[in-house]
Amino acid sequence: MFADFTHSLYKCFIYKDRYLLFIEGIQNTLLIALVAVFIGIAIGMLIAVIRVYHQQTGKFKFANAVCGLYLTVIRGTPMVVQLLIMYFVIFASARNGVPVAMLAFGINSGAYVAEIFRAGIQAVDKGQTEAGRSLGLSSAQTMRHIVLPQAIKNVLPALGNEFIVLFKETAIVGYIAIVDLTRAADIIRGQSYEAFIPLFTAAAMYLIIVIILTQLLKVFERRLAKSDRG
Amino acid sequence: MIEVKNLYKKFGQLEVLHDISETINEGEKVVIIGPSGSGKSTFLRCLNLLEEPTSGEIYFRGQNITDKSCDIDKMRQKMGMVFQLFHLFPHKTILENITMAPILLKLMNKKQAEEKAYGLLERIGLADKALTYPGKLSGGQKQRIAIIRSLAMNPEVMLFDEPTSALDPEMIGEVLDLIHELADEGMTMVLVTHEMGFAREVGTRILFMDAGSIVEQNKPAEFFANPQNPRLKSFLDAVL
Repeated sequence: MFADFTHSLYKCFIYKDRYLLFIEGIQNTLLIALVAVFIGIAIGMLIAVIRVYHQQTGKFKFANAVCGLYLTVIRGTPMVVQLLIMYFVIFASARNGVPVAMLAFGINSGAYVAEIFRAGIQAVDKGQTEAGRSLGLSSAQTMRHIVLPQAIKNVLPALGNEFIVLFKETAIVGYIAIVDLTRAADIIRGQSYEAFIPLFTAAAMYLIIVIILTQLLKVFERRLAKSDRG
Repeated sequence: MIEVKNLYKKFGQLEVLHDISETINEGEKVVIIGPSGSGKSTFLRCLNLLEEPTSGEIYFRGQNITDKSCDIDKMRQKMGMVFQLFHLFPHKTILENITMAPILLKLMNKKQAEEKAYGLLERIGLADKALTYPGKLSGGQKQRIAIIRSLAMNPEVMLFDEPTSALDPEMIGEVLDLIHELADEGMTMVLVTHEMGFAREVGTRILFMDAGSIVEQNKPAEFFANPQNPRLKSFLDAVL
């Protein structure tokens, strides 16, 4: 029994250096998630600001309409389909799927982050904006120095959730021939005829990273909350 | 200094201000009183365009600030405003609250702004709070910080929107004292308040608003001793 298990372990990790495949997989997973998060924040913040400005002032009509369309399309179609379209249609000549996946996940995440930020901006007391404007600050200065910092603090828990969802969702990049953690586990499952060890290894690695991310967010939130202590 | 001509303000179908024309001269301390819903706060907020008038014109130092081409941000630098709920910036220290606008607007460099801020903090006895956050202050302290935050911009006029209405009774005095000092120094001010005693003491002119109009105004002594308008009489009977 024990000998069987060690033999299985050997087949899954040591034989033909299969552990390298796991390492490659986790690298790709982390890389795609990390870059996508930054793309998502950039897109999300831009869209949220445009939509809030439009709501408050009626300006940016066209930009607001474009943002609305983007949100509807991205949130109304499956991530896998978006990924396939990006890889096989829009970037049909791409050899390497990783940058395509980064972009696809960033664009997808941006839609959700935009809604999170919008809610966060709107949750900041209107009096804060009025106080900023009454001191002579422009609406852009007020947004950047007064409203956004408070909005970011408000939305940090929701944003953290979104990143964890995004990180796990990258498990579908095997569809466009990227070897991520999930795909690596699946390849080894096929080669070794062992299902239990590779799949549980992948699951455990996702879980550990999610737990680390959760803890990091908690620390970060606590640091940002220091000004709230009464 | 401020001249208002035929000011109207509607929120949807509701008319909040009805044909107000008024002039506020340099050095005046104009106190606006009236029942809630009479439009006094809206009127005050129109003076620096926090509320956009539906029609009418407002001139500040001869310049039409309701004109689309007017740079309202520039005008507001000279019009300080103090709110009922203070609206300090909770994510900034007290010092940053005060220095932020002068630095961002490039009116002072960081060192000058901090010197100015410390000077103002000394004056109200809160210099030791410079590096703490607003969450740690009492209401009265917050409001006094809000006042000197406006003063740091060297305003030519101060607008007060019920500055003591949200305070515990025992903290009202310290805020009124500070406003009183500013008045004595000659600051032009427009003040919406329910503190009748203070209005009488500090005001050079009292306006009574009802249903969106200024229905009576007078020097304080006359105003309280000899009210004419029946609505004002019943209002004063109720509050004094």
